[in-house]
Amino acid sequence: MSNTSTTVSATANETTAFAGLETRGAHAWFGKHHALRDISLTFPARTVTGIIGPSGCGKSTFIRLLNRMHEFIPGAAMAGSVLLHGNDIYEPTVDAAEVRLKVGMVFQKPNPFPAMTIRENVLSGIKLAHLKRPNHDDIVENCLTRAGLWKEVKDRLGASGGSLSGGQQQRLCIARSLAVEPEVLLMDEPCSALDPGSTLRIEETIKELAEKITVIIVTHNMQQASRVSDYCAFFLTDGGPGYLVEADSTRKIFTNPSDPRTADYVQGKFG
Amino acid sequence: MSSETAATVEPQTPWSTPRAIRIRTTSVVALSAAFAVVVVLFTGVAGIDGWAITFMGLSIVVVLARTSRAGSKERKDALMRVIITSAAVTAFAPWLSIFGSVILKGYLGIRPNFFSQDMRTTTPDDFLEFGGALHAIVGSLLMVLIASAITLPLGILSGVYLTEVRGRLTFLVRFVVQSMSGVPSIVAGLFIYTTWVTATESFSAFAGALALAVLMLPTVARTAEEVLKLVPEDLRAAGYALGARQWRTAFMVVIPTVRSGLTTAAILGVARVIGETAPLLLTSLSNSALRFHPFDGPIASLPTYVFGYLQIGTEYAIARAWTGSLVLLAIVFVLFTLARRFGGKDKR
Amino acid sequence: MTVIYNREDKIFRGVVTGGALTSLIVLGLIGVFLFMRGAQIFGDKGIQFITGTNWTAGSGDGVIPDDFSIGAMLVGTIVVSLIALVIAVPLAIGGALYLEFYAPRRIRRTLVTLLDLAASIPSLIFGLWGIEIFTGFGERWAVLINNWLGFIPIFSVEFDNFGRSPFIAGCVLGSLIIPITTSVAREVYSRTPRDLVDTCYALGGNKWGALRAVVIPYGKSGVIGGAMLGLGRALGETVAVYLLLNLVFRYNFRILESEGGNVASLIATKFGEATEYELNALVAAGFVLFLLTLVVNMTATTIVQRSTPRA
Repeated sequence: MSNTSTTVSATANETTAFAGLETRGAHAWFGKHHALRDISLTFPARTVTGIIGPSGCGKSTFIRLLNRMHEFIPGAAMAGSVLLHGNDIYEPTVDAAEVRLKVGMVFQKPNPFPAMTIRENVLSGIKLAHLKRPNHDDIVENCLTRAGLWKEVKDRLGASGGSLSGGQQQRLCIARSLAVEPEVLLMDEPCSALDPGSTLRIEETIKELAEKITVIIVTHNMQQASRVSDYCAFFLTDGGPGYLVEADSTRKIFTNPSDPRTADYVQGKFG
Repeated sequence: MSSETAATVEPQTPWSTPRAIRIRTTSVVALSAAFAVVVVLFTGVAGIDGWAITFMGLSIVVVLARTSRAGSKERKDALMRVIITSAAVTAFAPWLSIFGSVILKGYLGIRPNFFSQDMRTTTPDDFLEFGGALHAIVGSLLMVLIASAITLPLGILSGVYLTEVRGRLTFLVRFVVQSMSGVPSIVAGLFIYTTWVTATESFSAFAGALALAVLMLPTVARTAEEVLKLVPEDLRAAGYALGARQWRTAFMVVIPTVRSGLTTAAILGVARVIGETAPLLLTSLSNSALRFHPFDGPIASLPTYVFGYLQIGTEYAIARAWTGSLVLLAIVFVLFTLARRFGGKDKR
Repeated sequence: MTVIYNREDKIFRGVVTGGALTSLIVLGLIGVFLFMRGAQIFGDKGIQFITGTNWTAGSGDGVIPDDFSIGAMLVGTIVVSLIALVIAVPLAIGGALYLEFYAPRRIRRTLVTLLDLAASIPSLIFGLWGIEIFTGFGERWAVLINNWLGFIPIFSVEFDNFGRSPFIAGCVLGSLIIPITTSVAREVYSRTPRDLVDTCYALGGNKWGALRAVVIPYGKSGVIGGAMLGLGRALGETVAVYLLLNLVFRYNFRILESEGGNVASLIATKFGEATEYELNALVAAGFVLFLLTLVVNMTATTIVQRSTPRA
């Protein structure tokens, strides 16, 4: 049963045929602990997919599998495959750093580099990855604009990133991820440390970003998932490894899910 | 049924370096090491230090060659890996050399008589079968015991002040304890010389112990604070809730729970001062006879024993110094192991 | 009943506060007693005491007058300590980065234990090792440095005797302070937020990129504090320098020359056969050393405390 249900892919609906990112039978372990079981999901290009589910069901672990951050945890292991444009990112010949350039990530807590200015923060990825990009000024303006921060900081690009408010810092982190021109952006509960006002601003930003790139966002917040995402994937754990219950268009998940557990969860009966 | 399908899947680590590459890397490293041996054998470069420097240089060349086609990002990363590893090896080399030489040169003198005789009737040039360091070991123990008896209560009080009383002087006390730990040992010796030794007109074990106490206090106080900080707040709250006064809570509840941690504090303090030489040169001097009296006249200690025989400089004298060092180092390490054993106990 | 309660706790607080203040009192007493004993010398010599280079015990009958000053020893103290720092700091940073970010997990614990053990090796044993083992290597290196870089004044020598030089003493002092500097540096590096390092990787950086962008800047002030703690130890070191350096009362900046000294080893050397007046001079020297190390240590403490906010 799980095999059939987990392969329900969001592409079943709608028009977007081109698959940006896809997992096939993905598992994850930490040492002996089996954290994630048999996840097969497709993320269509230029859409927002929300990953929802109670804590401990492996949502964060899952998205860290998507840009090869999982392997930094000592004792980590995985199985299955993750395809970017049809190519497995876990092939031995693939350079993990290249994968991470294409699949960017924004973390839970805003974390601009403390020793760097706003401008340096935006350009840090270019420096870290040794990319050769002309017109740094344009990149800074462009990325900050897309992150919805340009107007607020354009006169103080030399200020420290830490001088911004929490919401602004998180948008700076988004701008920082955009500077290396990723095709996919992973967001691990990006608003959980922010106030409602900042959260709304970030959600607007996410919707605008999806015009150009694929966004995958982990969230605890049902309203947020229903506001920003085009598709939703619901994860659950019964004490063992986390697994995918169902994935579908957000509208369907929130109005007429196929699985009763999904219905219970989105109506706030547990979680 | 889904667990059945899962059970057939084996955990993999596709990111770990493939075996073939690991073997290649290992053989390249081994080849460079071997080549460095050749360089040492057939050129002017000499010694284990010459070998190590050649090896490090070769590793850098190899890394540059292998990353010549990669980008500057990979080249820098590989280069820094070699440089940082080399720096770490260089940083660790002196200690390994010290451990090695102290053991190799010191064990010759490890005989029963070393622990059962003093040097009253033995000259420094006598064979190692004669004479020993019993007087020095006893002197060191005596001084360290007195020093502990002085510092342990004071150190605990200091820790209690910083964690239980938390008075207005908390910051100052912490700062002073820190700064005091940097007082040069010779200055502590001079201080006791100008006060106690001058006043009593006598060098003595007690004077030596006082100087050691000055050096030991910061270590004990700081460790005691660290240990007391680990006591959970609700344990104190429980004490107060039972109507206990603050001092009762401190002495009946807080301190007993960290008893082994405080033992650690004492042990670390002893380990800190057991090898101190300079202050003893000004306060307890040395002696070749076994003595127990804390207030009357110069007394031997392990550090001054080693120092003295090293000064004499003849073959057997230096051998005695090495053996004394081995005993000293062994004591420090035993104390250290004990501290770890006890230190682990309170931590939950 | 409340009265008794208060009085008991007051006594408790009084006793504990008294105990805690012992450190402060002892530190103050050290300063006061050393200054009192040295005051005569400071009065007789004035500023000359710390600028002059002579250390001559008079003949007692006034034919040769007493002349005590520690300028040469102060310079020697600083020269030897600086050599130690120049050697120790880069190696300690390398060692700390290796332990935190490069060492395989299996050997890391062992190495950290070894580091703690090394920090507890008595300086006497460093001195013994220095004179019996290290000097052989050090002299060879000194000859090489002199051959290739001898045209630079500090690497030139007057006599071709390369033993017991500030260079060799500095190398051994360097090994002596590597453990403390390394463990402070490792401590700060290990507190780098995992998130920041992860972000570097997520942006396509590799290990060195993460170290340079995040870890090293984050640990900078902590490492400076650790280096200053090491400096404090090097400035006050007695026996290792005593065993490894020829005591010569002359300003010496040629680090390969077989002459030098430091204040602490001066005290140890001259103490045994000093006259009453010379003893006072030694105590005065000790007072200067006390002030010097106190300033360095207080600065180090302030830096370390500021860079490691208490949780």
